[in-house]
Amino acid sequence: MKILLMGNPNVGKSVVFNRITGANVIASNYSGTTVEFTKGSMKLSDRRVELIDVPGTYTLEPTCKAEQIAVEMLNEHTNGDVIINVVESTNLERSLNLTLQLLKSKIPVVVALNFWDETKHKGISIDDKKLEQILKVPCVPICAVTGEGIKHLVEKLEDAKPSDFEYEDSRRWQKIGDIVNEVQTITHRHHTWLERLGDASVRPLTGIPMAIIVMFLAFKVIRFIGEGLIGRVGEPLFENFWMPVVMKLSTIMGGGGFVHDLVIGQLIDGEIDFGQSFGLLTTGLFVPIGAVLPYVFAFYVVLSLLEDSGFIPRLAVMVDTLMHRVGLHGFAIVPMLLGLGCNVPGALATRVLETRRERFISATLLSIAVPCAALQAMIVGLVGQYGAGYLAIIYGTLFVVWVLLGVIFNKTVKGESPEIFLEIPPYRIPYLRSLAKKIWIRIKWFLKEAIPFVLLGVLIVNLLYTFGIIQFAGKIAAPVVTRILGLPQEAVGALIVGFLRKDVAVGMLIPLGLTVKQLVIASVVLAMYFPCVATFATLVRELGIADMLKSAGVMVISSLVVGGLLNLILPG
Amino acid sequence: MGETGTGTDKKGFAVNRVSLLQMRPGQKGKIVEISGGYGLARKLEALGIRTGKEITKISEQLMRGPVLLQQGRTQAAVGFGMASRVLVEVNAEDEK
Repeated sequence: MKILLMGNPNVGKSVVFNRITGANVIASNYSGTTVEFTKGSMKLSDRRVELIDVPGTYTLEPTCKAEQIAVEMLNEHTNGDVIINVVESTNLERSLNLTLQLLKSKIPVVVALNFWDETKHKGISIDDKKLEQILKVPCVPICAVTGEGIKHLVEKLEDAKPSDFEYEDSRRWQKIGDIVNEVQTITHRHHTWLERLGDASVRPLTGIPMAIIVMFLAFKVIRFIGEGLIGRVGEPLFENFWMPVVMKLSTIMGGGGFVHDLVIGQLIDGEIDFGQSFGLLTTGLFVPIGAVLPYVFAFYVVLSLLEDSGFIPRLAVMVDTLMHRVGLHGFAIVPMLLGLGCNVPGALATRVLETRRERFISATLLSIAVPCAALQAMIVGLVGQYGAGYLAIIYGTLFVVWVLLGVIFNKTVKGESPEIFLEIPPYRIPYLRSLAKKIWIRIKWFLKEAIPFVLLGVLIVNLLYTFGIIQFAGKIAAPVVTRILGLPQEAVGALIVGFLRKDVAVGMLIPLGLTVKQLVIASVVLAMYFPCVATFATLVRELGIADMLKSAGVMVISSLVVGGLLNLILPG
Repeated sequence: MGETGTGTDKKGFAVNRVSLLQMRPGQKGKIVEISGGYGLARKLEALGIRTGKEITKISEQLMRGPVLLQQGRTQAAVGFGMASRVLVEVNAEDEK
């Protein structure tokens, strides 16, 4: 037996899923957060049954890829399956369109009337008992974020049976209109301040300044939290508590030798340097936990707030015109924003775009010119000490590359780029507990993905050096790396390891004693030249091998061109 | 393609038939036609926005950007080209 969670986009299916299963999937206040179905299990009268979080769909006549997945999943149902149809109570008429189509499938349905609490201050009153009588399936009011009504909903699953509600397809909207008139009464009320804010943020005169201020504040807050955590928590923790432990270990291991260097790394003037020693227990732990995690945390706090409030779809509207210049539309800002955290979820989010052309352009721009939080944290740490101006050169270059490549793609890549078509959800005050949960899911995911790869990266760096492979590769690549990019031969090591983890790669630059100019070039090239292995695997899956090869070609060539140009232009 | 221009509605009031693009932000109107292919009409219908419905234009963006409209409690942003294909009847008195 399976239970399918179905409903319009952004009605809170993922929140209901988390509530019922106790599992953790990402939920946000915009359409298309779930582009892939998620499975979980729940207990139903002593049986374990499967619960599936289906991507949101407005209708069973699919208009995009995510909707198609939903319809396919519905078609695969077997006897005994039940649908939980999550409905937006504040938008009953529209929601019922899907409900009525689901009733026709003759699969047992339970309707969950979500946002029940919101109906009250919006002056809407719905007679759920009457709705139940009309539709002939259980209708349960719930408030998913707080968990009210969820228990009742689960109990009702036992009563679910196919509905014998009948109607003609051509008269569906009329039928819906009749139902709404019968069960819903609306009392007049004034606009809430959230609605006024919502309207103001989509008018050019007020919206553009608001978007700029929000993005500026977001940036400031990320730096404030990130730097604060590194300076007050990350570094002290490693220097004061971890240092004595690894120092003692180093002494026990004799202060040198192959195994010592692998575990502790090279001692610098008899001391451990967490940035430069490059042992598994020193640099291998310091990079992901001490240097990167604070920024990743800061980024996800801010991103999650922006997501849950409903700001992002409005930002999508404001940047739509700009995005058209690069062959995309405004909603393509979502993969880009997610990519600033980690390119993997960014690449997955390209699925919200309708055509292959848009997915190719957005995925390629994302992996070339959108540096992930781990890479940014290391660049800020390394280059930032020479002044913000150098960071501005790095970010500025990447932005110019993003725009220029986009314009070129827009002119050359075949296919269609449709216009934006996006539902704008109401602004909502983020619910603290679900916000905290979402940030925690993302941090956990980061730690699980990053730490093994960073350790593997550090291990490989050591092996490559020990067996002289980096020195060898350096000689071969010298013409490109030294002549075109102006970097020392040893920087090849960073480019090799960058395929595994870009943060470790930046770390490898530290002992090379590069000039600021070289650091800027190396940072830009590391960001652009190739995606890390996790992103690469995702892109192969999303784009197919042929398009991925094309995309990779663009990356290699453009990184050499841009790196070479910087080498020519920058003084020093 | 539907025509835009002046006429009278069923009750005999003077109305103007305009596209979403020609409406002023904040203006209300009734959708009379969604022209040019089934795709747009279907997408809008999925949101409950369809012929015969009263809508409000919330805003438009600069440089042929998207138009925001509201129907009931649903707000949607549609591209400039799409907006030109949504024909709306507005009160002629309202047009000044």
